[in-house]
Amino acid sequence: MSHDDKPTARDPSAILEVTGLSQWYAIGARFLGPAQHLRAVDNVTFSLARQEVLGLVGESGSGKSTLGRAVLRLIKPTSGRIVFEGQDVTHMSRGQLRPLRPRMQLIFQDPFTSLNPRMTVGEIIAAPLVIHQKGMKRRRRDERVAEALTAVGLSERHARRFPHEFSGGQRQRIGIARSIMMEPRLLVADEPVSALDVSVQAQIVNLLLEIRRKLGLSLLFISHDLAVVGHVSDRIAVMYLGRIVEIAGVRSLFERPRHPYTEALFSAVPDTDPTLRRERVVLKGDLPSPLAPPSGCAFRTRCPYAIPACAAAVPELRVVGPAHFAACIREELELRSAGNR
Amino acid sequence: MSQTASSSLRAVSSKVPATATPADNVVLAVSGLRVAFRSEAGFTQVVHDVSFSVKRGEVLALVGESGSGKSVTSLALMRLTPPPPRSSLAGSALFRCRDGKVRDLLTLPEAEMQGVRGNEISMIFQEPMTSLNPVQTVGMQIAEAIMYHRDCKRREALEEAGRLIELVGIPEARRRLCAYPHQLSGGMRQRIMIAMALACDPSVLIADEPTTALDVTVQAQILELLQELRARTGTSILFITHNLGVVAEIADRVMVMYAGRIVEQGAVIPVLKHPVMPYTKRLLRSVPRLEIPSAEHPMLETISGTVPDPQRLPRGCAFHPRCAHAENGLCDADVPDIEEVSPDHFVRCLRWRAIAEACA
Repeated sequence: MSHDDKPTARDPSAILEVTGLSQWYAIGARFLGPAQHLRAVDNVTFSLARQEVLGLVGESGSGKSTLGRAVLRLIKPTSGRIVFEGQDVTHMSRGQLRPLRPRMQLIFQDPFTSLNPRMTVGEIIAAPLVIHQKGMKRRRRDERVAEALTAVGLSERHARRFPHEFSGGQRQRIGIARSIMMEPRLLVADEPVSALDVSVQAQIVNLLLEIRRKLGLSLLFISHDLAVVGHVSDRIAVMYLGRIVEIAGVRSLFERPRHPYTEALFSAVPDTDPTLRRERVVLKGDLPSPLAPPSGCAFRTRCPYAIPACAAAVPELRVVGPAHFAACIREELELRSAGNR
Repeated sequence: MSQTASSSLRAVSSKVPATATPADNVVLAVSGLRVAFRSEAGFTQVVHDVSFSVKRGEVLALVGESGSGKSVTSLALMRLTPPPPRSSLAGSALFRCRDGKVRDLLTLPEAEMQGVRGNEISMIFQEPMTSLNPVQTVGMQIAEAIMYHRDCKRREALEEAGRLIELVGIPEARRRLCAYPHQLSGGMRQRIMIAMALACDPSVLIADEPTTALDVTVQAQILELLQELRARTGTSILFITHNLGVVAEIADRVMVMYAGRIVEQGAVIPVLKHPVMPYTKRLLRSVPRLEIPSAEHPMLETISGTVPDPQRLPRGCAFHPRCAHAENGLCDADVPDIEEVSPDHFVRCLRWRAIAEACA
């Protein structure tokens, strides 16, 4: 893989290449006078290799969900470029996107609101086939539904039931069955386990890993939980106020984070070992308003290592190690690793 | 139940913290708490025989998955479960009031309960947005709580509210008095909720998943704040959560709840470091930890099956259908008693000794 010199290069092995992607929303547009812009995603560049799992972490409001939706072209990006399987999809119309849809799918966070309560599970899972493979015989469709249900650990007979008859974990399995129905090459999972209990969360994480291995698909795994992301991903991108501030392989990131925000996130994750209580790096204050982000590095207002130079310019992602990029001007910092928080 | 089992229960129950007359350092002693809800199908018991005590100034965590009965336990203590006949409460919850008298919260007349609720025991909830009034300033909401329980003027109450907002670490406290909830971030709102809960200097604060809706960095701030306030005011905290990491971070003692029963309880270090109940062990192992990965995507350990439906609880130990150590004819026969593992570590499992020996 050639992630080594730039966050993206023209990479034949990449399934998804995102370059300079921005998603701005006009807020409070008046009849006269300019609107303010909320920069939900601001100049984001990354690529996703075939069969790779890229974790996307950040706090609420960091833009991770917006980014997930933009790469699937569920929304139209303000600027930048998205290349999916070698095709530039940035400006495609809905009609042009339609044949690509089966190959890029989304798993939602909330298994309670993302399944139509008036459809049976069988109908929900068969919906992609009904839309994309109109000629398929009913009988064949039922077989495919049964296969998908078995693949996610449910049984054939569940097809006739309704979503309300299932627990949260089972519903999430139904959502996953629907999203893998068309054998997608790219799956965007937006907080797929956040609404679930720990024991169920572990089951769903394992299921996603298994599906990824079996189908050989690429996964963009969005979550606020660093421990889960670290477990699932090959690489991790850390987002803060619409920008990627650090992106690296899991091991490299956990062993030596190079952005103070990554260190702060590590430090904030509580561990289940009560003998490891420690002095944390507790960030002061809240995420600044994305309508008026601080000048220069957006993190500097909460950063314990900020210096006056941080206010001068927005730091770009720079190579700090093999396939490891960070957007921080204080490269000399020795930050605490995930193991020694 | 065999003769030896029941006699061992008697021997142990004297050591289980909740007793008839609470010791001086105990502010709340819950004993044999049972909660049932009425539905078309009849009564469904969701909390079974829960006993524990909260010592002065301690943080006691109640941990369990959804449907384990942890929130219902806290609502029952606040007497916020639906009134009879829609629900029924049994057992006792002896609370040491400020005047030194011990009262049973479960039988206290509603009028008296209103003097205790929000005053001597208060509660914070998971979702700070839905628990605050959207059309009133946060200052007035805190002042309202103060005026309700104390004989004071609006102006004094607002001044006190300003002091409280400062106490919970909100900058520019005076200006924030006039803010509406929607103008504040999630973390700030939770701080306001905490300020309101602390308004009357309660001896027990029940925190029901107070950090679950927050980001990790904000969660760390709120946990730090609660620790600080506990040290400063001596308020005991009953901390309800599903997050074992948060328990390890903040609790002095912990109770693990499964299907309406406490299955393991004790000081936080023995329970989380050396759990003996198979459910606690599996739960701990299914939590992904933030550590440098050893192998490429190792599978997480899981607990097979799902939490049982309270209307159809398995016979005997409710965990036995999911338990790898369950023994036919034993675990599916009787509900296990609470047994002592070591001082301040108790478990409700018939096979804990055999399992511990097998693992050693």
